[in-house]
Amino acid sequence: MKNKYSIISLIKNSFSYHENWQKAWGNPEPKKEYDIIIVGGGGHGLATAYYLAKKHNIKNVAVIEKGWIGGGNTGRNTTIIRSNYLWDASAGLYDHALKIWEKLSQELNYNVMFSQRGVMNLAHNLQDVRDLKRRTHANRLNGIDAVYLNTEQVKKFCPIINTSPDIRYPVLGGTLQRRAGTARHDAVAWGYARGADEMGVDIIQNCEVKGIKRSGESVDGVETTKGFIKTKKIGVVAAGHSSVIANMAGLKLPLESKPLQALVSEPVKPIIDTVVMSNAVHAYVSQSDKGELVIGAGTDDYVSYSQKGSHEIVEGTLNAILELYPIFSRMRMLRQWGGIVDICPDASPIVSKTPIKGLYFNCGWGTGGFKATPGSGDLFAHTIANDEPHKLNAAFNLNRFVSGDLVDEHGAAAVAH
Amino acid sequence: MFLIHCPYCGEREQSEFKAGGEAHIVRPKQPTELSDDQWAEYLFMRKNIKGVQFERWVHTHGCRKWFNMVRDTSNDEIKAIYKMGEKPPTKYK
Repeated sequence: MKNKYSIISLIKNSFSYHENWQKAWGNPEPKKEYDIIIVGGGGHGLATAYYLAKKHNIKNVAVIEKGWIGGGNTGRNTTIIRSNYLWDASAGLYDHALKIWEKLSQELNYNVMFSQRGVMNLAHNLQDVRDLKRRTHANRLNGIDAVYLNTEQVKKFCPIINTSPDIRYPVLGGTLQRRAGTARHDAVAWGYARGADEMGVDIIQNCEVKGIKRSGESVDGVETTKGFIKTKKIGVVAAGHSSVIANMAGLKLPLESKPLQALVSEPVKPIIDTVVMSNAVHAYVSQSDKGELVIGAGTDDYVSYSQKGSHEIVEGTLNAILELYPIFSRMRMLRQWGGIVDICPDASPIVSKTPIKGLYFNCGWGTGGFKATPGSGDLFAHTIANDEPHKLNAAFNLNRFVSGDLVDEHGAAAVAH
Repeated sequence: MFLIHCPYCGEREQSEFKAGGEAHIVRPKQPTELSDDQWAEYLFMRKNIKGVQFERWVHTHGCRKWFNMVRDTSNDEIKAIYKMGEKPPTKYK
């Protein structure tokens, strides 16, 4: 049993100088066999294990992680959460996640610092205006809160934006989703890890998957750096490395892995109390609770697993940021990093069974997977436990690339690729 | 960011080029005969290798010619560059 985190436990632990806090999760050696093995200990993988144990009562589960949990894209993203996607299938998927986010801290007894500060998407040309208005209407038909703002309303909502008509890409309007916002990315991974560990899930770190053993058309287990582990069901949630795992099983995926960069500034006093994204000029910015500006840049257009991107991508983003927010002209950037994102041709994810029995993939989230973490875990757990997709992720199957029933979300993805 | 030796123009910055994805995917000779699975394979499925990969690149802001490249995607090191129509270097196969 985990001790409950509360104001009382905080006070109690202060008497022992915070040196006797219970471990949030263990460090077990792998067993010989599990009912289900999840490959990848990021937010999505840990959430999957958590919901397998909680909702499907499957507790003989291991999460296998090459490095440390939450050390991949979970710890590298810009923490933006929203659900204002165009198509019905995506609206269902992302809003399912957003609804879980709204209660997640209470459910996990772990503060994920979910902050519904709103996300604003800007329009810079006539086509943007038409696209965003269309998307606003589509959102409202799907029960997702969305409003269209004109230039004055944009300025009123975020006063530091330069709305002068004389800039290279003037602000012609924007959309606002007030339920959207940010969360603390590490806390999501840690909260799910703690919850899953409490229910008996083994979280095995520093254990790399080296091969997937098959007998005929079904899986037998995984070869890892800590030896062979037997299982009948494998759920792969390996983000940028999904194709690498797929190749081990003799499977090809419609993915390309590319570097996506982000950067943070030195911390300053509160200056921007929302998230502002701009697809056309490729700049998005929010402010962390520490006071750093969190800035997302774009992807490079070549395949790379190097976790570093090109300098001119960062330069292009900062040019756009400075034109939109002249007030930031003397800010100094503190850190810059890259993550490897797995991009699908239609900018929508794959949460699906595969032609190999017992092998499931949750991948292709590309540049925007963080927002979906709780929903993705919930639906992937359902898919693995029942060997059938939930109705909310049925459209996101691998077979859509054969049937042609794609879910084109390039417009709502907000990172051009 | 890295430098690319264009086979026509010489060494230039990577930002002058555009990546065109996996190389040596042959366009189907008889498109009307293809099954949906074969179309999916041709259009969407990619090896997406971590390691040595064969790719197409184009010198967009230069001669605008296409060429092939052998590159290690784990560290962005370029192993070889050869023109369209030339045989890929066998030692990386």
